[in-house]
Amino acid sequence: MSAKVRDEPGADVFGPPAEAMTAAEAALARAAGVARTEPGEYVVAEIGAMMMHDIFAADVLEMLERTGIERLHDPSRATVVFDHMVPAPSVAAAEHQAKARRLLRRYEIDAFFEIGRGICHQVMVEEGRVRPGELVVGTDSHTTTYGAVGAAGCGIGSSEMAYALATGRLWFKVPETVLVVLEGRLAYMVTAKDLVLYLMREVGSAEAQYRSVEHGGAGTDTLSLSERMTIANMGVEMGAKFSLFPADGAPTMRSGARYVATHTVDLGALSPQVAVPHHVENVVDVGEVAGLRLDQVFLGSCTNGRLEDLRIAAAILRGQKIAPRVRMIVTPASSRVYEQAAGEGILADLSAAGAIVEGPGCGPCFGGHLGLLAAGERCLGTHNRNFRGRMGSPEGEIYLGSPATAAASALAGAIADPRELAVPTEAEEVAT
Amino acid sequence: MTGSSGGGIRFCGRAWLFGPDISTDMLSPGQYVHDPPEVRLRHVLEPARPEFASQVRPGDIVVAAANFGCGSSRESAPQHLKDLGVAVVLADSLARIFARNAIALGLPALSCPGVSTAVRDQEIVEVDVEAGEVVVGEGRTVLRADRIPEPMLDVLRLGGIEPLLAALAAGRR
Repeated sequence: MSAKVRDEPGADVFGPPAEAMTAAEAALARAAGVARTEPGEYVVAEIGAMMMHDIFAADVLEMLERTGIERLHDPSRATVVFDHMVPAPSVAAAEHQAKARRLLRRYEIDAFFEIGRGICHQVMVEEGRVRPGELVVGTDSHTTTYGAVGAAGCGIGSSEMAYALATGRLWFKVPETVLVVLEGRLAYMVTAKDLVLYLMREVGSAEAQYRSVEHGGAGTDTLSLSERMTIANMGVEMGAKFSLFPADGAPTMRSGARYVATHTVDLGALSPQVAVPHHVENVVDVGEVAGLRLDQVFLGSCTNGRLEDLRIAAAILRGQKIAPRVRMIVTPASSRVYEQAAGEGILADLSAAGAIVEGPGCGPCFGGHLGLLAAGERCLGTHNRNFRGRMGSPEGEIYLGSPATAAASALAGAIADPRELAVPTEAEEVAT
Repeated sequence: MTGSSGGGIRFCGRAWLFGPDISTDMLSPGQYVHDPPEVRLRHVLEPARPEFASQVRPGDIVVAAANFGCGSSRESAPQHLKDLGVAVVLADSLARIFARNAIALGLPALSCPGVSTAVRDQEIVEVDVEAGEVVVGEGRTVLRADRIPEPMLDVLRLGGIEPLLAALAAGRR
């Protein structure tokens, strides 16, 4: 392939056209300062933005201090967001956060977002800390979310983050790319979450592990930024390194790029999907699990805690009461989402329906606090993982679905298909 | 039993066999994230094999089916295995972030297709990390693991990213 491209007249002078590379190859080529990258090769790439949250910021910066690294390569590329254990639920968490606050001053990291600002990925996008075409790393696996704005984002661990902060660089293997071609438009009460759960089922880690997933086709134009974030966010659940959408204004398909597999999805044919315990790839149509009684419903997370998500849930729940003996926990993804939702009356409606509205943050999604499960309890959440032990007791059961499915299920007290609700016209307007 | 001097990075140890999709939530549950190390180590892989954390011995080898280490970027997942004395991780396939994190901590982790069906629980397995060779049952079966790329082997030989950073800070790299 590369030889063929280079044989073309002029290619030696100008390099191959950017569209002859996948989005992942192009982003890594740009970051590595080379004209072209090939899947399987290793490159040392310059990192555009680096993100840490409260669980790991102290560990990373302590390692720098311990090893004698005096200053960061470029502090302006670093962002720290406190979102996981917030507000601190224990003295240990408070101490850990205090240590991070001290160290980020020591290392002159100015882009610091305190507790309450929101979930790191939402904040990074809202604050414009990620740019299209850029290579971004974060100490959080859901860093793939930035693919929604065309940034190649992937999660790394604390040690690699320390190295990236010290040197500005990190090595990467150039991944092969799986192309997902989206056609049509999502149907009534079917959401981006249902699409990405369907992709878990259709593509999954067997095909996407170590690879980049690229979304193209006319259907991508119908998806909002919020919806794209939901989809890119869960790219990591299929093992993908990146999950990329075309940047604003870029063509939705790249000509000449090489893909190892192509999947075409008719958005209009999708139905509500639910991931059942204990793996995200165990995905079924909602009908197969409808009627299963629930103890808890969770609406939030970096996957589905945005305004559109709260809006559709509120439209379903407005003026109604959630089922007795079901508790519903809502965590808006950021302070901006919180304020907008409050302004639209959404938070009051959710509260009046019987939900608990918590502050912006990761909440129970990662099993830290604010709504863990007891043994034998069953939860349906809009988050991203249902691994055994993810949300408290290993004997708890986690089901994953869309905000519409979550709201419908909270009403019923059991897993329910949101399309079967007798809903006010307003919900219909929001959901279509 | 283990050594990285002279003849490269080689291990010979007792295997602990696990199924597919062992997640970082099983390796390092989120609810113990700020607990003391001894508490956190007690719960390592608890949902998969409750006896593992108390019975694993230094030099043992973790063998698993596909997608080992899927989930979070938490480095505590490989760190806990290292702290329990696990010498090397072999899996039919490794989740990307886990594989990088393991190497970053100086814990060899190899993707070795077929290893989970070739190895029986508690049997002795020999691993040559640099050659990407896994020998099961006293030579009964020889498996090929994916070779760890040279830049990562370099990190592994140094003992992980932390020694590499220390060398950088001291101007030795």
